[in-house]
Amino acid sequence: MIKVEHLHKSFGKTEVLTDLNTSIEKGEVLTIIGPSGSGKSTFLRCINLLEQPTSGHIYLNGEDITKPNADTLKLRKQVGMVFQHFHLFPHMNVLDNLTYAPMTVKGTAKKEAQSLARDLLFKVGLSEKEDAYPSSLSGGQKQRVAIARALAMEPELMLFDEPTSALDPEMVKEVLDVIKDLAHGGMTLAVVTHEMGFAKEVADRVIFMDQGMIVEESNPKKFFEKPETVRAQSFLDKVL
Amino acid sequence: MNLDFTQIVPYIPFMLEGIWVTLQFVIIAIIFGFILGSIIALVKIGKFPILRFLADAYTSIFRGTPLILQLMLIYYAVPQLTGYDISPFLSAILTFGLNSSAYVSEIIRAGIQAVDKGQKEAAEALGIPYRPMMFKIILPQAMKNILPALMNEFITLTKESALVSVISYLDLMRRAQVVGSDIYRNFEPLMFVGLIYYCLVMILTLIGKYVEKRLRTSD
Repeated sequence: MIKVEHLHKSFGKTEVLTDLNTSIEKGEVLTIIGPSGSGKSTFLRCINLLEQPTSGHIYLNGEDITKPNADTLKLRKQVGMVFQHFHLFPHMNVLDNLTYAPMTVKGTAKKEAQSLARDLLFKVGLSEKEDAYPSSLSGGQKQRVAIARALAMEPELMLFDEPTSALDPEMVKEVLDVIKDLAHGGMTLAVVTHEMGFAKEVADRVIFMDQGMIVEESNPKKFFEKPETVRAQSFLDKVL
Repeated sequence: MNLDFTQIVPYIPFMLEGIWVTLQFVIIAIIFGFILGSIIALVKIGKFPILRFLADAYTSIFRGTPLILQLMLIYYAVPQLTGYDISPFLSAILTFGLNSSAYVSEIIRAGIQAVDKGQKEAAEALGIPYRPMMFKIILPQAMKNILPALMNEFITLTKESALVSVISYLDLMRRAQVVGSDIYRNFEPLMFVGLIYYCLVMILTLIGKYVEKRLRTSD
């Protein structure tokens, strides 16, 4: 579904991503782990062009999304994103947060958008909150709404940028459970995370990044039990 | 103490007429300044470096020189340059509108940029195009930062409007001077229009407070 070839990204003179090559298959759950500043988030943000790659190519279903005249809007309709800090629209209630983009971008009728939104709120366990404003929700609830908001666009691929890093510890599980449900439902996911337990349990494949490069890429069982590289080994020693 | 307010009584209608004269050009200048200021603000956060530079230069010039100089330049220098005999009314609107737009553009720019960057990213990630993102996501949130400062700017403009008396525009201030030289007493007419200015500003302040309160309840 996604193919990444020779992806480079620099901010000014600082190179943050160096020659990334990988792919994401349909229905696959990919987790990206690594130390802070290793370029994980930047890589994820390149996939939906929140960051413009400096060079290299990213293909979505065979279409080069990095060419100059690529249809960014079309890409973003197919790729949903969940942020570390939720970024819900604070001046809209939960239901409007979910329906605004489908109605504006896809021209979905209000009734239809609302019924889809209610289904999604039920799925993330927040049916009773549809009239609430984001400021009245807990962190975990906000993130679940944010996930539902991204799903309301019915994307083919969901990107998660450290979805639990800004949460109180007791709220991490409720958010991870929602993501797990998505994984089991066959959705294609790419998750940047520090939750090693989650990576181990849910991922089909793990990418370990350090200093802007993909250092190791394998299945979670192998990666967590017997990492091939010294750097991955020393990282795991510190976090596990 | 030599005070006699009864002497200004015959002149009261003349001075009260000044309220409308002042308000007339203040309101037009505020609207003109607001529209132009909004456009300049959008240019400042826009994509075109040349336009951005021009907008910054414009703001810098209008904020960096005395208002009375701008007023005199427009009233006295425009006829010299173009031969067009500009009226005090038009000069006043132009000067105050242009000057105010420089301040308003900064207020709006700062208000928009104070909105969390994540809001723009979230909207972009959902594929929401620039216009609806600006008008439905960013600006409604920016309003909370913008409105109080904007009210302040309108209050300042109302008070500074007294400057137009120097180009002999018959506003409130000028009328007080006229009355003063007519009856050889300055304290009473000046006090009288001073009170009127104060009332005008208080009304604006109350409106500002009311608007702020309305905004807060939407939280």
